[in-house]
Amino acid sequence: MRLRTLAAMFAGVLCIAAAADPADRLADPAQEARARAIFADVRCLVCQNESIDDSEAELAGDLRKVVREQVKAGRSDAEIKRFLTDRYGEFVLMTPAFSLGNLALWGGPFLVVVLGAGLLLGRLRNRPGEVELSAEDTERVKRLSESDPA
Amino acid sequence: MIAELGSFALILALAFAAAQTGLSAFARARRSSVLAAAGEGAALASFAGVAIAFACLIHAFVTSDFSVANVAQNSHTEKPMLYKVAGAWGSHEGSILLWCFILTGYGAAAATLGRGLPQGLKALMVSVQGALGTVFLAYTVFASNPLLRLASPPVEGHSLNPLLQDPALAIHPPFLYSGYVGMSVVFSLAVAALIEGRVDAAWARWVRPWALAAWSFLTVGITLGAFWAYYELGWGGWWFWDPVENASFMPWLIATALLHSAIVTEKRGALAGWTLFLALGAFTFSMLGAFLVRSGVLTSVHAFAVDPKRGVLLLIILGVTAGSAFSLFAWRAPKLSPGGVFAPISRESALVLNNILLAAATATVLLGTLYPLIRQAATGEAISVGPPYFNLTFAPLMAALAILLPAGPLLAWKRGDLRGVGQRLWVAALAAFGCGLLTYAFVSPKKALGALGVTIGAWLVLGAVAEVIERTRAFRVSPADSWRRLTGLPRGAWGMTLAHLGLGVFVLGACVELGWKGEAAEALPLGGSVNVAGYHLVLETVGPVDGPNFDAEQASIRITREGQPVCIAEPNRRFYPAGNQTVSGIAICYRGASHLYVVLGERRETTPDAQGRGGTPVWLVRAYWNPWASLIFLGPVIMALGGLTSLSDRRMRLGVARPRKDRRGDQPA
Repeated sequence: MRLRTLAAMFAGVLCIAAAADPADRLADPAQEARARAIFADVRCLVCQNESIDDSEAELAGDLRKVVREQVKAGRSDAEIKRFLTDRYGEFVLMTPAFSLGNLALWGGPFLVVVLGAGLLLGRLRNRPGEVELSAEDTERVKRLSESDPA
Repeated sequence: MIAELGSFALILALAFAAAQTGLSAFARARRSSVLAAAGEGAALASFAGVAIAFACLIHAFVTSDFSVANVAQNSHTEKPMLYKVAGAWGSHEGSILLWCFILTGYGAAAATLGRGLPQGLKALMVSVQGALGTVFLAYTVFASNPLLRLASPPVEGHSLNPLLQDPALAIHPPFLYSGYVGMSVVFSLAVAALIEGRVDAAWARWVRPWALAAWSFLTVGITLGAFWAYYELGWGGWWFWDPVENASFMPWLIATALLHSAIVTEKRGALAGWTLFLALGAFTFSMLGAFLVRSGVLTSVHAFAVDPKRGVLLLIILGVTAGSAFSLFAWRAPKLSPGGVFAPISRESALVLNNILLAAATATVLLGTLYPLIRQAATGEAISVGPPYFNLTFAPLMAALAILLPAGPLLAWKRGDLRGVGQRLWVAALAAFGCGLLTYAFVSPKKALGALGVTIGAWLVLGAVAEVIERTRAFRVSPADSWRRLTGLPRGAWGMTLAHLGLGVFVLGACVELGWKGEAAEALPLGGSVNVAGYHLVLETVGPVDGPNFDAEQASIRITREGQPVCIAEPNRRFYPAGNQTVSGIAICYRGASHLYVVLGERRETTPDAQGRGGTPVWLVRAYWNPWASLIFLGPVIMALGGLTSLSDRRMRLGVARPRKDRRGDQPA
């Protein structure tokens, strides 16, 4: 049963602390903040949908170490992320890339808005316009409303 | 004996559900009120059967009858009574039985309460509801029976996952399922209307109370779930864009759209096809959720009761049910009348815009949840779609919706007057803008996005107030006259105002929390301290605590602000021997609407220095400052209250004036 293996995993990994562990922190607060921002975008590959910022798994700890070292070495965010994707594939980043393969993902919601707006405009355009009454009709309306017994 | 009785009742319930389907369908074909009454009776009997089975399962849990496989796997003699009872729906089999219990419950309610409905429509609705019951009960009986016995019962059970051992387990699933499954009545009514080929204002009015009830339950259920995750997972977060969360959020978004489009169908006879589409969609997304959560096709932090083999069966149920309903829709919907016309600036247009944005928002959640699966299947490449995607797509759509929202209720039907709306809203707009500017100017650190969020939240809240002012003509007529109008407002109007106000409260809470949350973590020896957001936390003592089925280490942390005592936080770390698991129990200090959230981490020893000093124990203490976090949970509660208020409107209990005989068959324009 999957739940139990997961539970056992949890029990095993809880002795390793999460991203906020003071022991691993970088000395420079600005660098540490940058590292934390990157953590939030890096997936803990062995966990159940967690970033390495949230996860207490051992592998997440290793990845945090890698990221912190690179931040300390002065690499840019893009360089660090490229390093990670080269190693682990696109899967490792929580933000899906703006690539052709993800066109439907990024474009889908936009398409729904455009489609919906198009349908609404079509509906509005096709409505029968306010009919201009001829002089004769106006006269008839007037006559009818005047002769109304109520 | 009792477990066998339960199994027997469950099988009877299945038979009754099948009878309900057949009898009611036959009743419609023959126009027979006797058969229709028999179908309704079968609906009640089916519900009674599931209720008995459910009671038997709870009995097995309460008495710790480990000869029942489900109890042996999910219970333990030392587990507190509350979790023994709630454990009945903490597993795959149990949760599906709860689903069936609520499904047949709604079926029985629809059969008893739907008195005002035309006989044919009602019989079809009961029949479709019976078909849904048959499918899910068949699944329960043949693939997921929670009452099966073990040949050799263990002496002690495996106990329930400690993360689930929380009072929230007792209330979160029942509320959530009441929401999910409540959409089944809406679904059945839509299928019945498609078969009858008639959707009019009266139909929209019959759908409304069911949609409102289900929506309110779902709102509360999701909020409870978010709050549960907030204090259970110990990260200080409340929404992770996790597949399980998304699975519950999609039916909510669709139901929200449905509540709005049904108004157009009820008042103006327009959008009938779209309203039907949403009515079918809401339950389809509920079933999709049930499949996604239980099949394990997606990984989730909240994964529970995962079973890929049975997931396939759930997928088949989803495919057949939704597939046949949408095929029927594709066949019949084009024949529906388009209904009344409206101008570009009108209440109708505003509600359509609401629906477009909600549909697009649902599309983002659906794509974000399923795209990794689709991409993997198509190209074999694995990608992740995490929170950043939703922040970039969902958030702007919702922001647009929120900005347009206050104008909607002030627009007239058919042809609205934008200048009039401007005259009624400029004060609210100016005030909201002022709130945003003040926030940006005076709250440190400066956060432009946070200030924008505050502006939008304030705009929603003030917009709701402006709407009440408009309805009561306050400041334009005498106070006594306004008061008379205020007390005379229909409950439906109050419901809408409350729901919109609740959204504003939520937006305020969410934006302030996300914008200005603070975090601190230190390894503290006894007497050590850490600061967060101006609060000073001192670790005073750490001692053992014995729980009913766990051993815990509990800290006492004194919190002060500028030397003044604030509170004592007592977070703990619990070890559950039955499952060999450790769980942290967080402590929250409530400061107005804000939370000081404290987590006790692991115990360590400091490394001794050269002189041999050190080697003292330290505890990792994490503290989060979550400003206005209470509003995040309060907002949706206000929204649900709005739903219930609207549900109590007497309009819900009155029928729409029936069209005269000579107009029978046409749709009202």
